[in-house]
Amino acid sequence: MSAPFSWIEPHPHGIRIVPADSWIDPSQPVDKALVTHGHADHARGGHGETIATPETLAIMELRYNTHDGVVPVQYGETLRLPGGVDATYIPAGHVLGSAQILLEHAGERVIVTGDYKRRPDPTCPPFAVTPCDILITEATFGLPVFTHPPIADEMDKLLKALANHPEQCVLVGAYALGKAQRIIAELRAAGHDAPIYLHGAMEKMCRLYEEWGVSLGELRLVADHSKEEMRGSIVIAPPSALNDRWSRRLPEPITAMASGWMRVRQRARQRGVELPLIISDHADWNELTRTIEDVDPAETWVTHGREEALLRWHQLHQRRARALAMVGREEDAE
Amino acid sequence: MQAFAALLDALVYTNSRNRKLSLIAEYLRETPDPDRGWALAGLTGALDFAAVKSSTIRNLMKERIDPDLWTLSRDFVGDTAETASLLWPEPLSTPAKSDATAPLSISDVVKSLGTMTRVSVATDLPQLLDQLDASGRYALIKLATGGMRVGVSARLAKTAFAKAFEVSVDEVEEYWHALEPPYSQLFAWAAHGADPPDTANMPMFRPFMLAHPLEDTKVDLAEYAAEWKWDGIRVQLVHVAGETRLYSRSGDDIGKSFPEMIGALDVPAVLDGELLVRGNAQGGEEGGAASFNALQQRLGRKTVSKKMLTQAPAFVRLYDVLMLEGEDLRERAWDKRRSALEALMARLSANHFDLSQIVEARDFEHLAQIRETAREDAIEGLMLKRRDSAYVAGRKVGQWYKWKRDPLLIDCVLMYAQRGSGKRSSFYSDYTFGCWDGDPDDGAELLPVGKAYSGFTDAELKKLDRHVRQNTVNRFGPVREVTRSMVFEVAFDSVHMSKRHKSGLAMRFPRIHRIRWDKPVHEADRISALRELIKD
Repeated sequence: MSAPFSWIEPHPHGIRIVPADSWIDPSQPVDKALVTHGHADHARGGHGETIATPETLAIMELRYNTHDGVVPVQYGETLRLPGGVDATYIPAGHVLGSAQILLEHAGERVIVTGDYKRRPDPTCPPFAVTPCDILITEATFGLPVFTHPPIADEMDKLLKALANHPEQCVLVGAYALGKAQRIIAELRAAGHDAPIYLHGAMEKMCRLYEEWGVSLGELRLVADHSKEEMRGSIVIAPPSALNDRWSRRLPEPITAMASGWMRVRQRARQRGVELPLIISDHADWNELTRTIEDVDPAETWVTHGREEALLRWHQLHQRRARALAMVGREEDAE
Repeated sequence: MQAFAALLDALVYTNSRNRKLSLIAEYLRETPDPDRGWALAGLTGALDFAAVKSSTIRNLMKERIDPDLWTLSRDFVGDTAETASLLWPEPLSTPAKSDATAPLSISDVVKSLGTMTRVSVATDLPQLLDQLDASGRYALIKLATGGMRVGVSARLAKTAFAKAFEVSVDEVEEYWHALEPPYSQLFAWAAHGADPPDTANMPMFRPFMLAHPLEDTKVDLAEYAAEWKWDGIRVQLVHVAGETRLYSRSGDDIGKSFPEMIGALDVPAVLDGELLVRGNAQGGEEGGAASFNALQQRLGRKTVSKKMLTQAPAFVRLYDVLMLEGEDLRERAWDKRRSALEALMARLSANHFDLSQIVEARDFEHLAQIRETAREDAIEGLMLKRRDSAYVAGRKVGQWYKWKRDPLLIDCVLMYAQRGSGKRSSFYSDYTFGCWDGDPDDGAELLPVGKAYSGFTDAELKKLDRHVRQNTVNRFGPVREVTRSMVFEVAFDSVHMSKRHKSGLAMRFPRIHRIRWDKPVHEADRISALRELIKD
């Protein structure tokens, strides 16, 4: 009988499931990879076998041309891995297709959350609380200063700015996978049914979301339209395009950015953001700590983000925790 | 308070000067008295509440959140007020919003802050904070502790005031220093056409005329006069209606630190000059002034001992006269004011005043040669003043130039880095560097000689930040120690003996001149090389 939980090993480049000789979210190519979701810091091409939800596999095919050796797993489905390890994919509420992975071996239960949030998101099913012995959690916003306001407030800010500047446009910087589609869906839910303009880099992912049943209303490409047509409209672009020459084709854009980091003024200032929208697909401090209380694991392992404060919180609440120091998932990963 | 908080937020999120001007102007037009006056005082840093300091905020927070969580948060956010505003616990029950209780105004807040004592602040300040949301709390703490960090200088705020009411900014500047917050007379004049405040008989500060760096400009000495740029502090001495004040460049009253100057002027006048201490470091025996280092020992003191007054007596080397016996000379040409100043010298005490001499030169090239001697004489450089220039507040193009001596350069090794504040809160942007205390190949050590946080571009800052993160060997709170792997060419104005540093040296105005990515660390300079540059 080996030591408890010795079958699961954190490495700087991913989490290794020893008896199955497979990895979760490895940052280097491996023979067998279990992938939580399609963001680049978790999913990458070149694995021998890629196990993920069908949605995540579709995203990976679009982004990394992954189509050989794919193994789709539905939410709630359990897959038997070699060495007597069972893997179950559970909704994480982060982006389309995102999953927590529950691993069971020798009567021990470990959950790798991947990235997650606890708030409603019209583009993906909500995080499901699942009991386990060890919870391996992210901590992107693991500082008590990070509390994301209700998204309705932020939509309100955005629509007000639009209404106050009918001759201009509001350019929203948002990640191409997840954030952009969530914002569009939330705008539609708030009754904004005007066409929304997209940077070219957003188009394919939006189409993919629609193919998976997330309706986004009328979307237009910036490249196909004139400055005049875009007055009074919302334009969505990846954050890297905000201060790029690309934005010169827009009618006097008001620069907005949708990110959890916008909670801190100087962070918004560094990026030249005029309209900060505090919208994140990651759990904020209260969601992180509530999740740990809800799941109530015997021990928490913290993968990436601001782990120091979350470890301190565990200490203050007489809970066991350790930091895993994963590489490549630093600072601005969202 | 909500309107002021919204103004601060809007100011933070715009980099456009014009946009800032219209935001402030709009606020000043639409906000009633005295709220707008208090807001203006807050923006220009004119408010000071003795009972509320940054440490007060930290202490309040430490009763409400685990100290470790506070420190981690503060370190990430880079600003105490903002961190506290975000971490302040939302009151459990929001008091029922009845029509009877008006929302907190900025005037309420200022009044309440003004009555707090070091004891009562612990209960009174939380009561205010509980009534506000995160933005409101941020505005309140900024107002109480100063340092708005919204990219608005006092000058910009005054320009916005002038714009709001379509009055001249020079007039605003003039009356400004005669009035106290909330500036009701200023608003009455600008917004409602009342008479301007009577400033002739007030011992108030008049804004300094400043100089542009000369850089590559060449001037004709027929049009410009040259003077030494003495290395002390620029002061304005005012005597009117029996009162004397000594103002620093920022308009702070520093008379308490230099009581000998307060008794020294009995002619009604406003004089501009350099405050210095007697000695022979600057310009030798004739120069008659000690180094800046000697003056520094006397700065910021609340009381001055007799010993200090006799060992390091201060005096003012006069540059200009702004007002004399009730007459305003500022509109007159510089050479006319200069004559008036020269004539005035006979009436002033020679112990406390002398005249900054004109530097005579045949032509610009000759002047350039004379400037070369400034280093040897421990003088900062030269000033060039247009002979027909009126005395105008601020830096007006083409009127006055400063032509500093070239900086000294030395190669140092990066030792420690610390995160910056504000805009640089996520970057390691403050660098401590050292020189070798012997031959590094024989095992000599580095001793810290200075600290700098400027002189590099944003792109270089990103590279430096990455270098620090990748080469950290030790962490001490916010400070990281790095491997000895990077050489900076550091520029500085002068170096002095200092007991504060282990190296026994202190640099003036050190800044990063060049990053020597190419230079091996053992080729950096030694302490002995730096010591040879001392001119005390």
